[in-house]
Amino acid sequence: MKIHEYQAKILFAEFGIPVPRGRVARTASEAGEIAAELGGKVMLKAQVHAGGRGKAGGIKSAESPDEAAKIAAGMLGRRLVTHQTAPDGAPVDAILVEEALDTQRELYLSIIIDSSQGTPMIIASEAGGMEIEELASESPEKIIRTYIDPGMLEFQPFVARRIAFGLNLEAEQIRPAAALISGLYRLFRARDCSLAEINPLVVTTDGRLLALDAKLDFDDNALYRHQDIAALRDTEQENPLEVDAKGKGIGNYVKLDGDIGIVVNGAGLAMSVMDTLKLAGGRPANFLDIGTLNDPRRVVNAFRILSADLNVKSVLVNIFGGMARIDVIATGIVEAHREMEIKFPVVVRLAGTNLAAGERILSESGLNLIRAKSFREAANKAVAAARRSYPWSVSGDGTCIPDTGEGDYS
Amino acid sequence: MSILVDQNIRLLVQGITGGEGTFHARGCIEYGTRVVAGVTPGKGGILWENQVPVFNTVEQAVKETAANASIIFVPAPFAADAIFEAADAALSPIVCITEGIPTSDMMAVRHYLRGKYIRLIGPNCPGVISPGKCKVGIMVAAAFKEGTVGVCSRSGTLAYEVAAMLTEIGIGQSTCVGLGGDPIIGTTFVEAMELFQQDPGTEAIVLIGEIGGTAEQEAAAFIKKRVTKPVAAFIAGSAAPPGRRMGHAGAIVTGAAGRAEEKKKALAAVGVRIAESPAEIPQMVQSSRVHGSRLRSDED
Repeated sequence: MKIHEYQAKILFAEFGIPVPRGRVARTASEAGEIAAELGGKVMLKAQVHAGGRGKAGGIKSAESPDEAAKIAAGMLGRRLVTHQTAPDGAPVDAILVEEALDTQRELYLSIIIDSSQGTPMIIASEAGGMEIEELASESPEKIIRTYIDPGMLEFQPFVARRIAFGLNLEAEQIRPAAALISGLYRLFRARDCSLAEINPLVVTTDGRLLALDAKLDFDDNALYRHQDIAALRDTEQENPLEVDAKGKGIGNYVKLDGDIGIVVNGAGLAMSVMDTLKLAGGRPANFLDIGTLNDPRRVVNAFRILSADLNVKSVLVNIFGGMARIDVIATGIVEAHREMEIKFPVVVRLAGTNLAAGERILSESGLNLIRAKSFREAANKAVAAARRSYPWSVSGDGTCIPDTGEGDYS
Repeated sequence: MSILVDQNIRLLVQGITGGEGTFHARGCIEYGTRVVAGVTPGKGGILWENQVPVFNTVEQAVKETAANASIIFVPAPFAADAIFEAADAALSPIVCITEGIPTSDMMAVRHYLRGKYIRLIGPNCPGVISPGKCKVGIMVAAAFKEGTVGVCSRSGTLAYEVAAMLTEIGIGQSTCVGLGGDPIIGTTFVEAMELFQQDPGTEAIVLIGEIGGTAEQEAAAFIKKRVTKPVAAFIAGSAAPPGRRMGHAGAIVTGAAGRAEEKKKALAAVGVRIAESPAEIPQMVQSSRVHGSRLRSDED
């Protein structure tokens, strides 16, 4: 789960990590008031769950409270499009107003979990400001990676000192830098973060170290033990279809930008259905793993979500019944068609447990489904159906296109 | 032959009285696995389904029944504790089915297991099956058939799918291991490869990877050094956008190395045959057997 920069900075302050003075504003006049409190000259930072704000016009400076209010009025209520947001951007409902600082250096500091070592890893660099991916490809020699042995009962100061010296800081900055690094580590561990990133970590002209930016992601699986963190979730920043899916008990739905909806059981299988669609010349509209719970309502809810996605032109249901039983899935498909108007052709490929019973349910339902036996055949048919259904879906003169036989659509 | 599980397994089921535990303990017993004990704290003393004694602690269960392996169906907040308890009693393998365990809990588990002769499979996995011998998992037995192909996979459903396709054309499996979809798992591709390489009953290996992490690259490095058996691989997630989590906690591209294409490249470079779709795997395995050719050349 992601949170906003201003929320992350409140957590930073709790762990002794210095941050610029500032507060969050939700209206233009509030932004002006905060700017006045801070002495006039401020930075205004749009609060969205995405990076790349600077280049996208989401970070601006103001010389006076009046100017701050004016800039805030221009940002609030709009959507900010950065290279990390969806094409239609993310809503700006809050702005962080902060003191403007004169800086002499921009550094990079982050903590993630390294899955192959199974330990936290601190990444630090003298070259801050740019994205870490860019940094890794342009100047990998400037990156200091430090694995933290979980056997050290608490974070040991020498690790922080080693990183601080590695960043070529001035002698009097080593102690505060080490304190900052250890604070970030304690925060990371105490709150079950999956990412803690300060980019840039700045040294001001008067020699102070501050977290100019703050990014925290949390382990979704651990949120149950951090209710205060869970309460920081801002669903306005998430895709509304994904929020809706979560509400319907389908946590594993990701909206994508293609036009072929998929309903699959299993994450790996869902990914490979997406891959096979791509090979067949199509583009998936979503990732969706209905899981292994044997409940036809899951399938019905999956159809509800796909029906709400206006980009969907055809749907591919690919279920390999292991834990999931095919008769339950088939019942779900039939119920979905009874309960709502399905406006797209549906390609169904089923295999595994209770297949015969499932087949019987589908054939007795009389539904006009496009059937496929193999993975690839299903993908080809879903792509062909999406292409043919397009003019149909505009004119709206039917509920489902007929299966024209066993022809190969590729 | 097989790896990890066979007729010598005396299985303990942690969480046997819960819904999942009950259902799948039955499935293991039906397959012929010897389930000798169950553990549910507070329910010790009962006889589960009139056949398996239930204990309050793993220690007690092991003392009374000589259980030597465990399968865990304990809810995520308590699952790490269950793994520690099984490891403390020196059970091995420990197969953890539970999905949704916090990553920091698994860091502690992994650290604890380091240097101990205890093998953890999972978490967030379907378990292990050595067809015809033993099942310590939740997979449907009909998809599998006894044979000589070793399968290891981060995804459960893809492992079934591939095993079922192999079975359909008459190719059996020595062992199928679901490694699990989490970022931190007990047994990785490298360890599975090592076991399959050492197993005289395994003639070819299928690796089913996915986006996220670097486990496939590490497998490639290991294959180059140590694996002489033919390997075929499929990597799921070529069509997945970066930065989005695809169901599995570990299936997220956060850096260049996590991309499907990078993993395919690393494996192809050491002679592994790469399938563009899981449906191609059976043919690759079959052609290596029919023509006696290797999926992987020894030139590297």
